[in-house]
Amino acid sequence: MIQRLSAFALSVAIGLMAAGAAQAQCKNETLKKVLDRGKIVVGVKADYKPWGFRDTGGNLVGMEIDMAKDVADALGVGVELVPVQSSNRMQFLQQGKIDLMIATMSDRADRRKVVGIPEPPYYTSGTNVLAKKGMVKSWDDLRGKPVCGKQGAFYNKATSQRYGANIVAFVGNAEAKQALKDGRCIAWVYDDSSIMADLASGDWNDYEMPLNTEDDNPWGLAVPLEERSCLFGNFMSGMIYNWHVSGRLMELEKKWGIQPTSYLQKMKDKLDFDRSYLQ
Amino acid sequence: MQAIYDWAQDLYQRTGINLVFIYEEYERVRFIEGLQNTLWLAIICVVLSVVIGVVGAWLQGSHFRVLRLVVAGYIQFFRNTPPLVQLLFFYFALGKTLENLGVMPMYDAGGWQQPLIGNFGWAVVSLSFFAGSFNVEIFRSGIEAVPTSTREAAEALGYTRLKSYIYIVLPLAFRVSLPALNNNLVNLVKTTTLAYVIAVPEMMYTANQIWSDNVNVPEMMATLFIVYVTLVGVLVWLMHRWERAMRIPGVGQTA
Repeated sequence: MIQRLSAFALSVAIGLMAAGAAQAQCKNETLKKVLDRGKIVVGVKADYKPWGFRDTGGNLVGMEIDMAKDVADALGVGVELVPVQSSNRMQFLQQGKIDLMIATMSDRADRRKVVGIPEPPYYTSGTNVLAKKGMVKSWDDLRGKPVCGKQGAFYNKATSQRYGANIVAFVGNAEAKQALKDGRCIAWVYDDSSIMADLASGDWNDYEMPLNTEDDNPWGLAVPLEERSCLFGNFMSGMIYNWHVSGRLMELEKKWGIQPTSYLQKMKDKLDFDRSYLQ
Repeated sequence: MQAIYDWAQDLYQRTGINLVFIYEEYERVRFIEGLQNTLWLAIICVVLSVVIGVVGAWLQGSHFRVLRLVVAGYIQFFRNTPPLVQLLFFYFALGKTLENLGVMPMYDAGGWQQPLIGNFGWAVVSLSFFAGSFNVEIFRSGIEAVPTSTREAAEALGYTRLKSYIYIVLPLAFRVSLPALNNNLVNLVKTTTLAYVIAVPEMMYTANQIWSDNVNVPEMMATLFIVYVTLVGVLVWLMHRWERAMRIPGVGQTA
């Protein structure tokens, strides 16, 4: 009898402890705060056209701003946009200055230790080139040709090792792009999202991004680290899942004049499940 | 050779000191190319800048006012602007303008038009003229140290201005100028590192690429240091030998 009683007490104790732990883990403070004040504060880019930039009226617009608005709509709250930079975006989230960050951030292991990055990723970027129209048709066309780059970028070595390109690396991107414009190199090798941003700016109308992107790295949006596995993180996972499946991201890509990436189609095919049993 | 590669690899595994440019072939090729480019750049610029100095100093004493003004203008322009700005200006502004005007000869690099003077060429032009402007003044100091009576004696013997410069004035002036020339040439060799801003793949540029790809910044910094200490050391040693070989007993030395 005593044995049974103590076993019961033990199991109750364990149960309580587990419940307590779960409670401690998921306070869902951010989401409560958002619902209480009827507004979500989202950190976005203000200098990365067309993902996040200022229009002629000074308003923040772009693909990621539209995504932020989708989140606010799903929560039934208003949205406040805060411009962040690559160097401070994670700190903004950690310090609670923003509730959610959608700011062209690559999803990397070291970043996952600092902020909560819900899966799946919503976008991806990798290495590509900017070249005058018709100059470059495949990566192999770069063999033995001068290709401009930025000193210190990891794609330089990869491009020269894989395709035998003769990398001419400058201190900054401005010099590298000037050298491309001056015809000193056949192409400029860089991050494809940055190249798309240049193409969207209208200054590079005679140029194109002709190759298949290599070395893709997915992008992640972020919630506070402690809420990744709680209400907010799971909610955002659902948002991203539906963005992919509904084709919303491809629609936004088109709206903002971004060259369609095969990644979004791949994700849609992968995440979309067979609904034929419903018929 | 293999023994050295293995040693560097072993050093990395044992101590974490990553001399990747020794044991990895890709980086080794880059490193040697960088070293060669630095050597070439230094040798060509040293020779050209001395030639510019000798010719410039002669023109400074010309009877034609226009020539003297041109030399003075050249010195003012090249001595008073930073070499970094000159490199960028020559490559991005002047080079492109010459191409646009159709003045720059182009050659076909495999279905690809390239100007005859590329980034290496512009680095040579810019650095040689930069150091040359100092050399003109250095040689002037040497020329002014040659007594007027010596020059007059040459004239009395029927030497023309050019002949007296080549056979009488310059040989004496050169000996006086050598210590100052040494200084300037040492500076020139060190200034070749600036060529990395116009993407000339010399030592500094190559080291930067290697440490960016391998995150071995301290090792590459130390390597750069050793490379330049050696390079300048060799130059100084050669110049001192030359100085000693040209010594005339009784001229410029009291002991």
